[in-house]
Amino acid sequence: MGASQSARTEHEFQDLADRTGFSLEQIGNLNKRFRQLSKNEETLSRQDLASISALDNNPLRAQIINAFFDKRNLRQNEAGTVQVIGFEEFLMVMSHFRPAAMHITEEEREKLRREKLRFVFNMHDTDSDGTITLEEYRRAVEELLSKAGTIGQETAKAIADAAMLEVASTTRGKMEPDEFYEGITFENFLQILKTFDIETRMHVRFLNMDTATMRCGK
Amino acid sequence: MSLSFLERGLLLLVMLIFLEGTVLTLGAASSPDISAQDNTGGGHDRRDDHRGIAGSHEQTNYTYTKKAFPVLSLDYHHIQVPFEISLWVLLASLMKLGFHLIPRLSGIVPESCLLIVVGLLVGGLIKLAGEEVPPVLDSNLFFLCLLPPIILDAGYFLPIRPFMENIGTILMFAVVGTLWNAFFVGGLLYAVCQIEGTYLSQVELLPCLLFGSIISAVDPVAVLAVFEEIHINELLHILVFGESLLNDAVTVVLYHLFEEYSGAGEVTPMDVVLGVICFLIVSLGGIAVGAIYGILAAFTSRFTSHTRVIEPLFVFVYSYMAYLSAEMFHLSGIMALIACGAVMRPYVEANISHKSHTTVKYFLKMWSSVSETLIFIFLGVATVAGPHAWNWTFVSVTVILCLVSRVIGVVGLTFIINKFRIVKLTTKDQFIVAYGGLRGAIAFSLGYLLNKDHFPMRTMFLTAIITEIFFTVFVQGMTIKPLVDLLAVKKKQEAKRSINEEIHTQFLDHLLTGIEDICGHYGHHHWKDKLNRFNKKYIKKCLIAGERYKEPQLIAFYHKMEFKQAIELVESGGGVKLPSAMPSQVSMQNIQPKKLPPAVAERALPQFTKGREEEIRKILRSNLQKTRQRLRSYNRHTLVADPFEDGWNDFLLKKQRMIELEKKMSNYLTVPAAPPDSPTMCRARLASDPNAFYNIKASSEGVPTIQVDLASPQSPDSVNMLNEFSKRGAKDQGLGQREVATRDEDQGLMMKPSSAGKEEKGEEEGGNKNPGLMRCLSDPGPSNEDEEDEPFLP
Repeated sequence: MGASQSARTEHEFQDLADRTGFSLEQIGNLNKRFRQLSKNEETLSRQDLASISALDNNPLRAQIINAFFDKRNLRQNEAGTVQVIGFEEFLMVMSHFRPAAMHITEEEREKLRREKLRFVFNMHDTDSDGTITLEEYRRAVEELLSKAGTIGQETAKAIADAAMLEVASTTRGKMEPDEFYEGITFENFLQILKTFDIETRMHVRFLNMDTATMRCGK
Repeated sequence: MSLSFLERGLLLLVMLIFLEGTVLTLGAASSPDISAQDNTGGGHDRRDDHRGIAGSHEQTNYTYTKKAFPVLSLDYHHIQVPFEISLWVLLASLMKLGFHLIPRLSGIVPESCLLIVVGLLVGGLIKLAGEEVPPVLDSNLFFLCLLPPIILDAGYFLPIRPFMENIGTILMFAVVGTLWNAFFVGGLLYAVCQIEGTYLSQVELLPCLLFGSIISAVDPVAVLAVFEEIHINELLHILVFGESLLNDAVTVVLYHLFEEYSGAGEVTPMDVVLGVICFLIVSLGGIAVGAIYGILAAFTSRFTSHTRVIEPLFVFVYSYMAYLSAEMFHLSGIMALIACGAVMRPYVEANISHKSHTTVKYFLKMWSSVSETLIFIFLGVATVAGPHAWNWTFVSVTVILCLVSRVIGVVGLTFIINKFRIVKLTTKDQFIVAYGGLRGAIAFSLGYLLNKDHFPMRTMFLTAIITEIFFTVFVQGMTIKPLVDLLAVKKKQEAKRSINEEIHTQFLDHLLTGIEDICGHYGHHHWKDKLNRFNKKYIKKCLIAGERYKEPQLIAFYHKMEFKQAIELVESGGGVKLPSAMPSQVSMQNIQPKKLPPAVAERALPQFTKGREEEIRKILRSNLQKTRQRLRSYNRHTLVADPFEDGWNDFLLKKQRMIELEKKMSNYLTVPAAPPDSPTMCRARLASDPNAFYNIKASSEGVPTIQVDLASPQSPDSVNMLNEFSKRGAKDQGLGQREVATRDEDQGLMMKPSSAGKEEKGEEEGGNKNPGLMRCLSDPGPSNEDEEDEPFLP
C-alpha cells in the first residue's frame, strides 16, 4: 500500500471512528476481518457471511445474517433490505454491540438502551411494519428452539403465546373479549424489557481482537 | 408478630428457665468428645472425678439395696452426649425464634451480633455457676460438623451465571487480595513488634506472617449472615461472597506453609516455589475432588426413580464425602464442597422428583441455619472461656491494620480489574466490598488449632483474633445496613422473572455468539456456547435419566412457571382471583388473529357467556353436599374408580374447579401432551391436564374406543373431563352450548345412563384426545411410584 493510500485510509478511518464511536485500532481490526470475509472485495454479500462455518450451529443464523442487510439497522429510515454492504455499513451494524462507557449520563444510557433494543426489535419484526405480531413472535421462538428437536417445536408455540399474553396484560391491562391486541410496538417492547439490563449485556469485546484469532473464524 | 404482651413475657420466661437449666447441665459435665483438644487439664480431672464418684455411687447403691428394685432412677451418663448436643441445638433454635419476636431489635442489630451476645451470656452464666466452660468451638467439631452444611448450602444454590461472569474479579480478590492482606498485616505487625517498649520483641517474623494469614481471610459464614439481611444487589453479593469462598485455598496453603516453617525459622525461595505449586494443587485438587463426587452423585440420581425417598440422602452424603476426602489430602475442602454442589445440581434436579427437590432445599436451609446460629453462640462462649492475653498494642494495631490493608487492597485491585471489566466497579461498590470483608469463626478455629508449644504467643493471637472478629461483626455488621441506605447502593431486584426476559436472555446468548463468530473473535460467548453444546451432547446423556436431557432451558423454565401458577391457583382456593401474575383478563382470544368467519368464531369461543356461567354455578352449588373438598385428596386412582360409587358430587365439584381453573389458566393454554418422561411435564402434568387437549390436532377422526388401563372401562369422569376440555379445543366442533345443556339435565340422574350418553359424544370428539389423557393418567412416567398420595392438582 502506497503512502497516499494509507493516508487516505487513515482519514477514512478517522471519519468512521467519529461517526460510529469505535477506536482507530478497533476499526483497523474490523477492517481486516471485513477484507477476510469479503475476500478482499469492497462489498460483503449474504453468501460471504453464510459461509462462516462457526455459524452453522447457531439457531439464529438466518436472522443474524439478515440483520446485517436490513436497512433499518443501517441508520437509514426506510424499510427493506440491501443486497450487499460496504465496510461502513458493516461497522454501523457492529456499533450496536459496543459496550457502554463507564461514565455516561442517564440520558445517554437511555439512548443506548433504545438503540440496542431497537436492533433486537428489528430482528423480530421481519415485515418491518413496526409491530411484532403473534406470528412473528412465534416464528422467533421457534427459531430459537429449532435445535431442540420435536419437543421444542411443540412448546414453542405455547411459549410464544404465553409471552404475548404477558406483554398484552402488562401493557394493556384489561381487555374485553372482543378486543384484539395487534402486536408488540416498540414502546411496549421497551416497557416489558425494562428490568432487562441490555446495555450491559449486549456487547462484544472488541478490545482483545487480533488478527491471529481472526483466521480461525472461517 | 402480633403476640400479646403476656404471651411474649411467658415465652421469654420459658426461655430464661431453659437457659438456666442448660447452663447448669452443660457446665456440670461437659461432653467428652468435645474436649478433643484438652487445654483445661484441671477440668478434666474434675470430670473424671465426677464420673468416678457417680459410678461408685451407683455401684454402692446396687450392692447395698439389692432387695429394693429401683423403680425410678437417674442415669445421666447414658444419654449425656446426645442430650447435650440436642440441648445446644435447641437453645440455638429458640434463640433464633426469640429474636424474631422482638422485631425492633432484629431490625437494628444483625442476628449474628445478637447470637454472639447470647453466647457471651451463656458462657458467663456457666462461669458464674462455678463450672468449667466447655471448649465448644473445638476445631474438629467446627470443621467437620458445623462448617460443611453452610458451605454446601452456599455451593448448591450458588447462582452460576453471575458467578461465572465475574469469576475473574472474584479470583483476583480472593487470591491476590488475601495474599496482599496477609503479608501487609503480618509484615507491619512484625515491624511494630520490633519497636521498643511494646514488650513484644519475642514475636518473630514467621509467626506474625502466620497470624496475618489467619486473620486476613474473609469469612463466608459472617458474610452470609450479614449480607443476607441487607439485600444488596446481586453483583456485590456474589463478589464478596465468592471471594470469601475461594480464599480458602490461599488460607490453607499459607497456614500450612508458615506453620511448617515457623519452627525452622526461615523460608527459602525454594519453599516459596513449592508454596505456589501447593496452592495450585490445593485449589485445583479440591475442585477436582468435588467435581468427581458431583458427577457420581448425578450418575446415581439417574437410577433413583424407584426409591424416591432416599434421593436427598445421596445429595448430602456425596457432598459430605467430597468434603472429607478433600480434607484428608489437605486440599481445600470448601472448594470441593462448592464444586460438588455446583456440578451435581443441574443433573440431579433433572432427575429427582419434585418432593425430593423440596426436601433437599429445606434440609440444607435448616442445617445451615442451625449451624450458623451455633457457630455464633459458640464464639460467644469461647470468648468467655478464654484464656486471654490482652496486649493493647498488638490488638489495636491488628484491628487498624486489617481495615487499612483491606481498603488499600480493594482500591488497588479494582483499579487493575476495571481495565478488563465491561461493567466497571464504582467507588460505592468498592466501598461495600471493602467494608463487607468480615472475619469470623474460621479465623478463630484456625488460631485454636495452633500448637501451644510451637507458638507461645498463641493466647495473644487468639485474643487479637476474637477482638477483630467482634469488631467486624459488631461494628461493621451493624453499620453496613444504614450505610447501604445512605449511599443509595443498588438493592436486589425483587422483580419476578418473566417469560419475555427468559426468551431474550437465550436470544441474546445466541445473537452474541453469532456476532462473535462473524468477527472471528473467540470470546466469552463462543466458549460458553461450545461448553453448552458439549454438555448437551455427551454429558447430559449419561447423567440424566430418560428423555429429559433433550429439554432446553427455555422450555424447562416455561414449565416451571406453569407449574407454579397452577399451585398458586389451587392453594388460593380456586375461586379466588390471583393477586399476582395476571391481574388482567387478557386471554388467548385477544391475541389470536381472527381467521375464522365470525359465526364459527362465536361458537369456537372457549369461554362461556356470563349468563351461562351463572346458571351452571347455581346448579352445581345446589347439588353439592360437601361445600368444600380439598382437591389434594384426589389422585389418579379415585379419578377413574370413584364415580361408580359416590363420586358424583366430588365430580361436580371437580368440574366447577375445572371451569374456573380453565379460565385462570387461559394464559398457558397450548401445552400439548409432552412425552410423559419429561420431569417438568410430570410435575406439571396434572396441572396442565386440562389444557393438554387444547391443541392436539384432530388427526384421526373417530377413534372408536377409549383405552383405559385401570379399573373401569369408561368412567364418566374421564370422559366428561374430555368433554369439558374438548370444548376449548372445539374449534371445528361447535359443541359448546349443547354440552352444557345435556349436563344440566343429567343432574340428579343415575350414573350409567348419563355416562352412556356422554360416552358417545366423548368418543367422537374425545377420541383423539384419549391418548393424551390416558398417557397422563395411566402411566405418567418415572413418577409413577412417586407419590401415591400425590394430589390430582399438586
